[in-house]
Amino acid sequence: MISKMKTILTHVFLMAISIISIFPLVWMIIAASNKSVDVIAGKLTLGTNFIENYKNLISQQPLWGTFWNSCRYTIFVTVFALIVSALAGYSLEIYKEKAKEKIYIVVLMSMMIPFVALMVPLFRMYSKLGLLNTVLGFMLPSLATPLLIMMFRTNAKAFPIDIIEAARIDGLSEFGIFFKMYIPSMKAIFAAAGVVTFMNAWNNYLWAKVIMSDDTTQTMPMLISNLTSGYATDYGLLMLAVLITTIPTAIVFFALQKYFVEGITGSVK
Amino acid sequence: MKIYVSIIIFPLDISDKVGEIMKKKGLSMKQKQNATGWIFLIPAIILICSFSLYPAMSAFVTSLKAGTGTKLTFTGLTNYIRAFQDDVFVQSIKNCCFYLIIQVPIMLIMSLILASLLNNPKLKLKGFYRTAIFLPCATSLVAYAIIFRSLFATDGFINHLFLKLGFISEAYNFLGNPFSAKIVIIIALIWRWTGYNMVFYLAGLQNIEYSVYEAAKIDGANPIQTFFKITVPLLKPTILMTAIMSTNGTLQLFDESMNLTNGGPGNASITMSHYIYNTAFKGVPNFGYTSAMSFVILIMVAILAFVQMKVGDDND
Repeated sequence: MISKMKTILTHVFLMAISIISIFPLVWMIIAASNKSVDVIAGKLTLGTNFIENYKNLISQQPLWGTFWNSCRYTIFVTVFALIVSALAGYSLEIYKEKAKEKIYIVVLMSMMIPFVALMVPLFRMYSKLGLLNTVLGFMLPSLATPLLIMMFRTNAKAFPIDIIEAARIDGLSEFGIFFKMYIPSMKAIFAAAGVVTFMNAWNNYLWAKVIMSDDTTQTMPMLISNLTSGYATDYGLLMLAVLITTIPTAIVFFALQKYFVEGITGSVK
Repeated sequence: MKIYVSIIIFPLDISDKVGEIMKKKGLSMKQKQNATGWIFLIPAIILICSFSLYPAMSAFVTSLKAGTGTKLTFTGLTNYIRAFQDDVFVQSIKNCCFYLIIQVPIMLIMSLILASLLNNPKLKLKGFYRTAIFLPCATSLVAYAIIFRSLFATDGFINHLFLKLGFISEAYNFLGNPFSAKIVIIIALIWRWTGYNMVFYLAGLQNIEYSVYEAAKIDGANPIQTFFKITVPLLKPTILMTAIMSTNGTLQLFDESMNLTNGGPGNASITMSHYIYNTAFKGVPNFGYTSAMSFVILIMVAILAFVQMKVGDDND
């Protein structure tokens, strides 16, 4: 009897927390389909103003251009960050030596540097080099991420050294081993690291705000942030834009949740 | 497009050449492998040096200089002294500490409780709860800040709900009051990050055999005892790590301050990063002063990480 009560209480508690977790997102979807007045009136059912909100949004903002920017930046960062960090993590583990251990410690220490400390020097460097408002400029600082390097290093431990030796005897070059043997056998870790990098790159707001100064290069987080600066907020339109910003990360979240969890916890094991 | 491609091709080219040179010189197998290892590592080293270490050092040098724009002269520690006399900066430090002290413990304890409840293999609907609680992580930081800003607005849903339930008699301006604005930021942060931390604890709990819990149950331990005597001690390394990550994140808060309250009312809820951004990119930039303030954050992050690690070690 007591244990049954406990189970029920546990479920009530977990259900309450789940509802709180989901509610703001459900509200976002509902608000995106309603007129601003209805949103303010507290309407909690799906409305019919979706198309109208969409038309207003694209007439006010370069929505799809901005969306494409975000996609482009995110894909570039994800692909190149995986290559650079995987190579580094693999090298640190497979070709161990003292000097590399020292470098690894420096890499770990660089994690402590807060981004705001880098923002100004990078901005000045970028204005000299003409990297402002460029994809290359956006991605360069996010390619060699200490967390990713750590994750790949930890995972390279699971790659059996015997296979490497055997491949060497068979005459495969070190690059061949990495590209033809390591990458195909470590697909899971690439998926995990890729999901996390994707999320971080898509959400990277401060850095984009620093270097992307015009409408044609801005990102989705910047666009929705600008929408709130007016005097009267059109909630329907605003929430539709927020919803569109959330869709790519939500798709990744639902499709690759397992890898996402592995990705964020992976570097710690 | 060409530039991006060449980044990948570049090391391959070099490796072929290095390979040829090595053949000519007759280097040993081991040396060859080590050389390849360095080639693998070089892109990361170059990137970390040029986009992290070098800018950090140059920020430190700049922090010792004063002046506007690019005309800077050496002034020693003047910028640091100015920072601690700057009311807004002091306010932003206090705000970050307030967020840290209130939000991080509540969030981590909630995550721990949720993780230990969800670790029960017999629990029904486990998958649903886990996904639901983890779901806020699917939103971007700016997106959830704006959702919370809208929910807590004077004409927002929370006011509507409270009025209907009779908690308040007229709409309350949550974001217009210094204290409630900070509380809204804390609520938003807890909402966004509890599931994230829970995932770490769930992963950590998987390494503990569930039979340990069953044995404890047979020995007559109640759930609270099990929680403090088994779960917390065994998860200590994970708890330590999440605490360090949350501390680091809270001291660098930017998106929420910018988009949820815009630092307001006045500068009542502004965070350090937000204030630094404002001094750097709004009005006349003073890069020396900006760099000095960002180094204060770096020192705080380093000290707190060190303290937490020490505390973690002492309890062993």
